[in-house]
Amino acid sequence: MQLIFEISKKGRKAYSLPKCDVPEAPVDSLIDSKFLRKESPDLPEVSELDAVRHFTRMSQRNHGVNSGFYPLGSCTMKYNPKVNEAVARFDGFTKIHPYQEEETVQGALKLMYELDGMLSEITGMDQFTLQPAAGAQGELVGLMIIKDYHLNRKDEKRTKIIVPDSAHGTNPASAALAGFDVVEVKSNEKGLVDMESLKSLMGDDIAGFMLTNPNTLGLFDENILQISEMVHEAGGLMYYDGANANAILGISRPGDMGFDIVHLNLHKTFSTPHGGGGPGAGPVGVKKHLSEFLPVPVVSKMGDKYYLDYDRPLSIGKVKSAYGNFGVLVRAYAYILSMGPEGLREVAENAVLNANYIQNKLKDKYFLPIDTECMHECVFSGIWQKEKNGVTTLDIAKRLLDFGFHPPTIYFPLIVEEAMMIEPTECETKETLDEFISVMRQIAEEAENNPELVKSAPHTTVISRLDEATAARKPILRYTK
Amino acid sequence: MIFCQQKNTKSCVNKGVNMTRYIGNTNEDREQMLREIGYENISSLFKSVPDSVLLRKKLDIPEALSEMELVKSIKSTSKENKNTDEYVCFLGAGAYDHYTPSPIDQLILRQEFYTSYTPYQPEISQGTLQAIFEYQTMISELTGLPVSNASMYDGASALAEAALMSCETTKRKEVLIASTVHPESRQVLYTYAKYRNITVKELAYENGQVSLDDLKSKINKDTAAVIVQNPNFFGIIEDVELISEIAHENKSLLTVSADPISLSILKSPGEMGADIAVGEGQSLGNPLNFGGPYLGFMAVTEKLMRKMPGRVVGQTTDKDGRRGFVLTLQTREQHIRRERATSNICTNQALNALQATMYLTFMGKEGLREVAEQCLNKSHYTYNELIKTGKFRPLFTAPFFKEFVVISEEPVSLLNEKLLKNNIIGGYKIEKDYPHLKNGYLIAVTEKRTREEIDTFVRKAGE
Repeated sequence: MQLIFEISKKGRKAYSLPKCDVPEAPVDSLIDSKFLRKESPDLPEVSELDAVRHFTRMSQRNHGVNSGFYPLGSCTMKYNPKVNEAVARFDGFTKIHPYQEEETVQGALKLMYELDGMLSEITGMDQFTLQPAAGAQGELVGLMIIKDYHLNRKDEKRTKIIVPDSAHGTNPASAALAGFDVVEVKSNEKGLVDMESLKSLMGDDIAGFMLTNPNTLGLFDENILQISEMVHEAGGLMYYDGANANAILGISRPGDMGFDIVHLNLHKTFSTPHGGGGPGAGPVGVKKHLSEFLPVPVVSKMGDKYYLDYDRPLSIGKVKSAYGNFGVLVRAYAYILSMGPEGLREVAENAVLNANYIQNKLKDKYFLPIDTECMHECVFSGIWQKEKNGVTTLDIAKRLLDFGFHPPTIYFPLIVEEAMMIEPTECETKETLDEFISVMRQIAEEAENNPELVKSAPHTTVISRLDEATAARKPILRYTK
Repeated sequence: MIFCQQKNTKSCVNKGVNMTRYIGNTNEDREQMLREIGYENISSLFKSVPDSVLLRKKLDIPEALSEMELVKSIKSTSKENKNTDEYVCFLGAGAYDHYTPSPIDQLILRQEFYTSYTPYQPEISQGTLQAIFEYQTMISELTGLPVSNASMYDGASALAEAALMSCETTKRKEVLIASTVHPESRQVLYTYAKYRNITVKELAYENGQVSLDDLKSKINKDTAAVIVQNPNFFGIIEDVELISEIAHENKSLLTVSADPISLSILKSPGEMGADIAVGEGQSLGNPLNFGGPYLGFMAVTEKLMRKMPGRVVGQTTDKDGRRGFVLTLQTREQHIRRERATSNICTNQALNALQATMYLTFMGKEGLREVAEQCLNKSHYTYNELIKTGKFRPLFTAPFFKEFVVISEEPVSLLNEKLLKNNIIGGYKIEKDYPHLKNGYLIAVTEKRTREEIDTFVRKAGE
């Protein structure tokens, strides 16, 4: 399909503005011409219909949760409730300016205050900041808090953050960005933190431990209390990466597992749309002893008035302008209110049931590296297909496209060869799962009987496999005439 | 093991229907599924969760609301806010009440865009990928720099990332930032810099513009980056070309944070010598939303391409020679480089960037220019009229774009209180961030303001 620039034609337009009703002066009489550009930026010139069709056609070349099953592991591609879009679009939310006087935005502040309270209860923490724009920024905030906590206690030797080898790539990247050295702890044969290696890492240079629980293999670390104890005894703090929090809603709380800091991904666990890769929101919750380090401002309440509290001398500072991705917060708030306590628990139960159902129904066809009950996602390996038929996990993923499914997360976690990480979420019906299972089984058979069919997939998409190597070697990153 | 209120139940839910409409399985489905995979109840799937960490109570959050109740309750909360439809807005300071053409709000709701995730599977994500490629092209056009990323969290964090990139590239540890840069962007920079042992120093201003003398006296062999905003926080146009000369003579990198609307008439950062352009993209078709979600844009020179943080989309071909788009240059990113990545950033603000792309498409080449010219004319008209009242005096004489500072005779808080009673959201109290600018008043006038609204504002403010 054409680019918008390729259908552009001088003289067409897709906007209308009222006539300027104040006295007009030539631009260069108001601004010295040395500051002015000679030529306008070459933006498209199209009619309104052209533009509408262009974006509609583009959207048709995309697969969303509404289009079909989207079992992308670790991303929790659950249904995005439509009423949340409706409430987030109220004028009283979309048309308020971040710097309006506090008394003119009491509703917004109240919503944030209440969301802080509900997230605290759900995770067993004491207070949340809603400022981080995404999970990765939440991690960064958490790590900055860890750093300042130790420094504030004049404990200056703590330079290391421990991260499991199964962790998301953002964990070590965030730790580095916060100025820490990253130490990796191995997983044991059960896919859990290896207690002996963890023990050997303990020392007075440990600042904290970042853990996703359930981890990226979809396994709940049964030693979690011993881990917390060990890290706390060594003087470190426990950080909970909430990427997989969908599995534990109403079942167990990070705060009760010994975590000091938690980030949640509202775009995963709390149903806000992923938007093709953002906006998300990554609120960070802490236990009381860390509250004073949270970013400024926090929303507080005095009498029946809500206000933005900037007077927090030990705060790490700001990581984002204003107060967070407010529009995302509204959607998550609506979701929690729609679910209630029982509903949230039902989310976890169904998410875990659905994942175990898939795991059980596929484990005779695909290698299951760790054969035990999983939580909200299961991780298979494509090595049987690769070794026997030369069909890789990538091929299997591409073949799934022909059946209208979004493939699982592939080649992650790194500790599983040819990994396929499947997260069905609680929203899907048994019928959808059965259909997916049957297609996965069919692909396993095709890999044996007709491997070329799988290796040359996809066959039904608008384009076939793209030459990614050339894209990286000779980057074309913008259109030129 | 007990983790339900009711001991030994198969699940907490014993009713015949699901508790919520967002869950697929019926109770019957669940029982059948459990049976088929050989479990007696849902609890047995959770046996790896030790008893000691099981939650033994119901979460203390409000009981579930039906859709009707939910809408009613949230609507009433939203009404506790005074919005810019009911109140005429002269507040800017980095977030602006611009006009957005109506097709955008409908198109942005195309589910294929908003319910999808990062385009990991290009064959079924060409929509998002092409949109980002078009976005990158438009940002490159606006900024005059060849390489744009797919967008970042917001203008402030994009600026902080630009500083980190400059330090990484030059192997230097000091950043000079103009005190005329948005206060929140500076605060975010301080936060990011602190943990990387980067020193941040501020440059004084004269007549509302960066003091070149101060720049010359502070720049040295440790200076990785010089960062300015144009138009700056006071709305004033900086002499970026002079700053660029000084920065580059010292082999420092220059970052310019720009207002994208202004770039349809002002010289682009690239043309003036910037190595990195960043900025807040909210003005491009994104609602005010109480401060977010917005998008930060970032564009760099060819030379810095592989140092740039964030997602990037590139053009390539499929095996049949058809054009297609993919995420590219991923070896910079966290999921491959882990702790050695250029940033920890994982996604972009894709939907906001799409909204910006739509805005730039609908407004187009002529529309954006017209918006900029109306802002320019209307802000100058407002400025002149305010001065005429005698209640406001000029502070700076340097040229401005759509925003300006005046000194009010009465305290800004009182003034704004009075305006609010007249359905006007007044300007920004600049004294909050610049305590020496007592009664300083920062006013933004966009193309949306009519002469009548401006005249009312001036009359009430001047009373």
